[in-house]
Amino acid sequence: MKGMTLIVKKTTQLLAGLIFLYGIYVVIHGHLTPGGGFAGGVLIAGSFILLILANGSDFMKLTKEETGSTLYENLAILVAVFLALSGLLFGAKTFFLNWLPKGTLGEIVSAGMIPLYNIFIGIEVAASILSIFLALVIFKEETSE
Amino acid sequence: MNPLIPLFIVIPLAGAFLIMILGSFIRNLNKYLASLVLLFLVSVSFYFLFTTGSKISVYKVGGWEAINNVPIGIYMVLDGFTAIVLCIINLIGFLSVFYSISYISRYTAENNFYALFCLMIAGMNGVVLSGDMFNIFVFIEISAISSYALVAFGVEKNELEATFKYQVLGGLASFLILIGIAFLYWKAKTLNIADIKTVFSTGYDRNYYLLVEILLLSGFGLKAAIIPFHAWLPDAHSSAPSPISAMLSGVLIKAVGIYVIIRLFFNMFAISESMAILITTLGALSMVIGVFLAIGQWDLKRLLAYHSISQMGYVVLSVGIGMILISRGSRNELAALAIAGGVFHLINHAAFKGLLFLNAGAIEYAIGTRNLQEMGGLSKSMPATSATSLVASLSISGIPPFNGFFSKLIIIVAAIMAKFYFLALLAVIVSIITLASFMKFQRYAFFNKTDTGNKIKIREVPFPMLFSMIVLSIVCLLLSILVLPEIRELILTPATDILMDPSKYSSTITGI
Amino acid sequence: MIPYLLCFILFLTGLYGVITRRNLVKIAISLSIMEFSIFLLFALIGYVEGGVAPIVDPADPVKTYVDPLPQAMVLTAIVIGLATTAMLMAVIIRIYRKYGTFDIREIKNLRG
Repeated sequence: MKGMTLIVKKTTQLLAGLIFLYGIYVVIHGHLTPGGGFAGGVLIAGSFILLILANGSDFMKLTKEETGSTLYENLAILVAVFLALSGLLFGAKTFFLNWLPKGTLGEIVSAGMIPLYNIFIGIEVAASILSIFLALVIFKEETSE
Repeated sequence: MNPLIPLFIVIPLAGAFLIMILGSFIRNLNKYLASLVLLFLVSVSFYFLFTTGSKISVYKVGGWEAINNVPIGIYMVLDGFTAIVLCIINLIGFLSVFYSISYISRYTAENNFYALFCLMIAGMNGVVLSGDMFNIFVFIEISAISSYALVAFGVEKNELEATFKYQVLGGLASFLILIGIAFLYWKAKTLNIADIKTVFSTGYDRNYYLLVEILLLSGFGLKAAIIPFHAWLPDAHSSAPSPISAMLSGVLIKAVGIYVIIRLFFNMFAISESMAILITTLGALSMVIGVFLAIGQWDLKRLLAYHSISQMGYVVLSVGIGMILISRGSRNELAALAIAGGVFHLINHAAFKGLLFLNAGAIEYAIGTRNLQEMGGLSKSMPATSATSLVASLSISGIPPFNGFFSKLIIIVAAIMAKFYFLALLAVIVSIITLASFMKFQRYAFFNKTDTGNKIKIREVPFPMLFSMIVLSIVCLLLSILVLPEIRELILTPATDILMDPSKYSSTITGI
Repeated sequence: MIPYLLCFILFLTGLYGVITRRNLVKIAISLSIMEFSIFLLFALIGYVEGGVAPIVDPADPVKTYVDPLPQAMVLTAIVIGLATTAMLMAVIIRIYRKYGTFDIREIKNLRG
């Protein structure tokens, strides 16, 4: 796919890093402010999609990118499921138990397992939205040539 | 708190994503991993079927106990009725995966097929195990989105059009269910099924209650393909690959449609006579219209799909008769008989409709066409397929000693003893027309003189497909022993007890 | 009463779009409009008189909060809606490759 003009390329080079950092901020502060895994994951995916749209890419690079992002997506979900199953080993031995110490109200390292769930759900949502975008673009590329 | 209960959802979910990762490195791992996952689930569900009896197991996710007898966490509930439906889902799922070991090798991207299949099984297990309204919605969506992708698996023109129609109507059903849940939460301020019953038993606004009942009946009726919500079923079930047709028609419309209607209307809403008459009417209409639309079909899988609508009408009719009798408050043992007949027919239909669709897939694998007018004389070249399809056709038409006869007998006897003579007459007429339509299938496919010449060499299908078909036909024969008193006490009576007693379900869950 | 009526009018607008539009992409967009109206209904249901947003401030922990449970339900439902819309869009793109048109009156291969 062709890229866009020079102004768009320079602007996205400046902005993509800031959007990525803002997405990570929303994911990590998920237990203190609104947001969490889903919203932060969409923001992180947004920064990648912005770069791909602005600079253009060819078919080989896109397929390599897609295998990488589907691998990240599956690994992140498996880690989240194993974290949920780990509640069966500690404490009251129930599924999905919050077994880490809970800390004080308002700190970043507090509320037990919730920040860990947020981080892995954030990685998973970002990878899967990137995969959806790449799958549609690859389909358009390979059937129009 | 049995720790095996959340494994029904976690193991297929983890299995699906493991298949996606490892399937691209190791070559044949995806088929065997999927079969192993489902074999484990079948054994655990049969363990629960024989040990549950009449006790209700509750699993509180995250360990959140109830405060002042008000449930605040997510509950997973396993009782007699749930155990039966879990067995059906996992058994037919395992046989379909085993069948598709050789059937799907003709398509590309097999990894995605097995991963989506495991996700669909996880979603359906979650629907029957949840004790919470919004959890039911989330798991319905998981299984529905997987089934949209599976219907369109071999991307030809017919399959894409069928899945588009299926998706739009399925999306509309989900929105109706979501509006129903919103209205229910507004008045009851809680989402737990047992707790909603406790809140509504103190007093409610009659018109509001009727609105919520109609919204939920329409939403789940669209998922279960009752008349007048049946428009998506013939296209979707006939265009899908055959193991997916067997899963959709044999399990999906039961686990996310009929099961939830029965659970909500018996254990959550107080039964009123007008609602019961409406449900019985819908069941009778489905029975009659389904079979009349099915006779003129020449496409084999479309014929089987229309018969699904008709047999689901039998189940809804019998459950409706039970509801009418309970709402009049008169004959409790007769209502128990009607509900037992409905649940028994649910189990039987899963077995013989799954077998019929697997047979249709075997015929398509060997010849390459689904049109009845182009087949003929297959009984000599495909003996095992011919024998198992004869077993399935006799079962669905209600010939003794196969299982269809006993369940239809219980439904007709319950209708006659409750003095609904017109409904019993309709049931008998529909059964005769079903027999006629399946005799047409047998004659045109297997016993006619062949006129395809010798253009294609027709051989018997490979071993995995044969294994699934033979096991299902043995299950069809074995299920007729459920009518004997000792086995009925073990399996069917706990289910009808939970459904008949309106206060046992809610008091046991909120009291724990 | 006025906000609930506006939610209902939005739902009917989406339903009108699904029924009468001929282009496949417009049907998909109308389906999205229908589900956004239900999310608005959910968020309105949890309103408590005089409540503030349900975020606990460490300096002043006891106040009247709005009900946070419908907000959690809406978050889950938004993600489900995203998955449904993505699936629908993928199917629409493949239909365009096979049939050559977006018009729903041309796509009637299956009848009867």
